[in-house]
Amino acid sequence: MSISTGAVTDPHLYLQAQSRWHPLEFAFWAASILPFFIFPNHLVLASQIAITALFALSLDLILGYAGIVSLGHAAFFGLGAYTTGILSKYGWGDPFVGLLAGSVVAGLAGYASSFIIARFRHLTLIMITLGLGFLVHEAANQASWLTGGSDGLQGVRIGPLLGRFTFDLYGYAAYTYSLIVLFIVFLVVRRLINSPFGLSLRGIRENPVRMPAVGAPSHAHIRKIYTISAVIAGIAGAVLAQTSGTVSLGVLDFQRSADVLVILILGGAGRLYGGLIGALIFIVARDQFSGINPQLWYFPIGVLLVAVVMFLPGGILGGLARLTSTLRSRWS
Amino acid sequence: MSATVLSTRGLDKSFGSLIVAKDIALNLPQGERYALIGPNGAGKTTLINLMTGMLQPDGGRIFLGDEDITALKPEDRVKRGLVRTFQINALFPRLTPLEAVMLAVCERRQDAGTWWRRLPAYRDAIEEAHTILESLKLGAVCHRPTHELAYGQQRLLEIALALATKPKVLLLDEPAAGVPKEESAELFSVISDLSKDIAILFIEHDMNVVFRFASRIIVMVSGQILVEGSPKEISAHPRVREVYLGRSHHG
Ligand SMILES: Nc1ncnc2c1ncn2[C@@H]1O[C@H](COP(=O)(O)OP(=O)(O)OP(=O)(O)O)[C@@H](O)[C@H]1O
Ligand SMILES: [Mg+2]
Repeated sequence: MSISTGAVTDPHLYLQAQSRWHPLEFAFWAASILPFFIFPNHLVLASQIAITALFALSLDLILGYAGIVSLGHAAFFGLGAYTTGILSKYGWGDPFVGLLAGSVVAGLAGYASSFIIARFRHLTLIMITLGLGFLVHEAANQASWLTGGSDGLQGVRIGPLLGRFTFDLYGYAAYTYSLIVLFIVFLVVRRLINSPFGLSLRGIRENPVRMPAVGAPSHAHIRKIYTISAVIAGIAGAVLAQTSGTVSLGVLDFQRSADVLVILILGGAGRLYGGLIGALIFIVARDQFSGINPQLWYFPIGVLLVAVVMFLPGGILGGLARLTSTLRSRWS
Repeated sequence: MSATVLSTRGLDKSFGSLIVAKDIALNLPQGERYALIGPNGAGKTTLINLMTGMLQPDGGRIFLGDEDITALKPEDRVKRGLVRTFQINALFPRLTPLEAVMLAVCERRQDAGTWWRRLPAYRDAIEEAHTILESLKLGAVCHRPTHELAYGQQRLLEIALALATKPKVLLLDEPAAGVPKEESAELFSVISDLSKDIAILFIEHDMNVVFRFASRIIVMVSGQILVEGSPKEISAHPRVREVYLGRSHHG
């Protein structure tokens, strides 16, 4: 969220103001528990929103902050989901074990691919991430002895949360769990983007040519953030597998990579809350539209996407930030 | 003369059939202010690119002090104190000057990998960044996004970013390019006031500025060093007058 700092000129106060919690942020997180009271019948949907928001947050770290475009981010999401699902099949059904294992496997895959990712940009990078995404999808398809292939993974058995709360059809435990995971990861990400490392990431996004000239090892930074991003995507996938109790090839689909990119661009990349707002709008709208006509769902999304990138380059949040700063300068 | 901090031996570079550096041997002593002059396309920027590692030479060696740095990556040369600025602004448009200089300071202090501490906790880094900006008269605009700064201020920020790395050798590629004449003299007086511990090599087309601020001058023509000498020797050199001073030279 962009914060107006008015006439503060002291550099210490200025930087403190940049990373301070804005009242709207408190409001946002307070509102996130409203579904329990207002839409108790839609907690499964709310849980999907939280998971998608988490996935979008992971993409924001590389795209919004470091300027690394990916069209294959579902690979890490899917790796997290499959790892958790497969482990549960063999008796490791505890949610925390699954979460940890899913994030570790996704993180290892992220770390391995980061060595390629760090060396390329632009179209090449898009093609590489796309290709890696296809590769993982096809590998999961072929390894049907492990993944169940196109039939989906059979026998996923997730244990109860803390040994007490089961993930049932009402989604009470599911939303509680996804929301808590989202919030914890969000706190970590928020800390990260306000750190020296976060500043260097923005430097890479703003001018990768200048970075080596100020002594910055851009490749090492990119490898690091790509790995962290993969870990978070893996966590999101693991949470989906656990809360839904199923894992199918859909978690690795190209469509999922494309959707999360759209969500982030719609909400506003590089704004911390962009992916969260984008996920909320996207999932709710899809739920509403698919009730009317599922085939036509991508029509309004297409229109919205074109309109946003043409008229609101910073996404919905970027547009709102511009609006408030214009209003503020009018008033003062 | 004091010890040489930067030197090259037999540097060669060509782009296809175009030779842009041929057998370049250069010695920059501690604390000196050298000017590198030559007509457009002489290969001056290319020479800086070669020395800072942004281009790989076809042949030859580069030394920083006694160390052969020919194979080092650009960021590692910066860490050892060999730093440049750019002829065409290469800044961070949506960062503020304070953030940009903080970035460079944090990289130098090896803090840039830290992701669990908030930026405001680095009080002395902030202090240092702010001091650099104030010394270049950028204190008043240090919280504005870089792309909103006036052009002359952006040129100063180029230098601020370089200073934040604590250079031993500073290579300034036309620091006053595009700056009006009056401001350019001011900018150069800032440069000449920089610590005498820093050896400076600057590229500049305005001969008044060159003669005023350079302790020695290197003349480059078509990828070769034509002559090197004191301002007095250079102004009297017949070949220099012919190829360089004899005609209007600013491009
Ligand atoms: N990457 C490149 N590929 C091909 N040719 C190049 C490249 N970079 C520079 N050149 C050419 O090399 C020659 C030297 O360029 P350079 O930029 O070093 O000149 P310069 O002395 O800095 O000139 P100016 O005073 O205009 O800045 C020019 O003819 C230029 O067109
Ligand atoms: Mg040049």
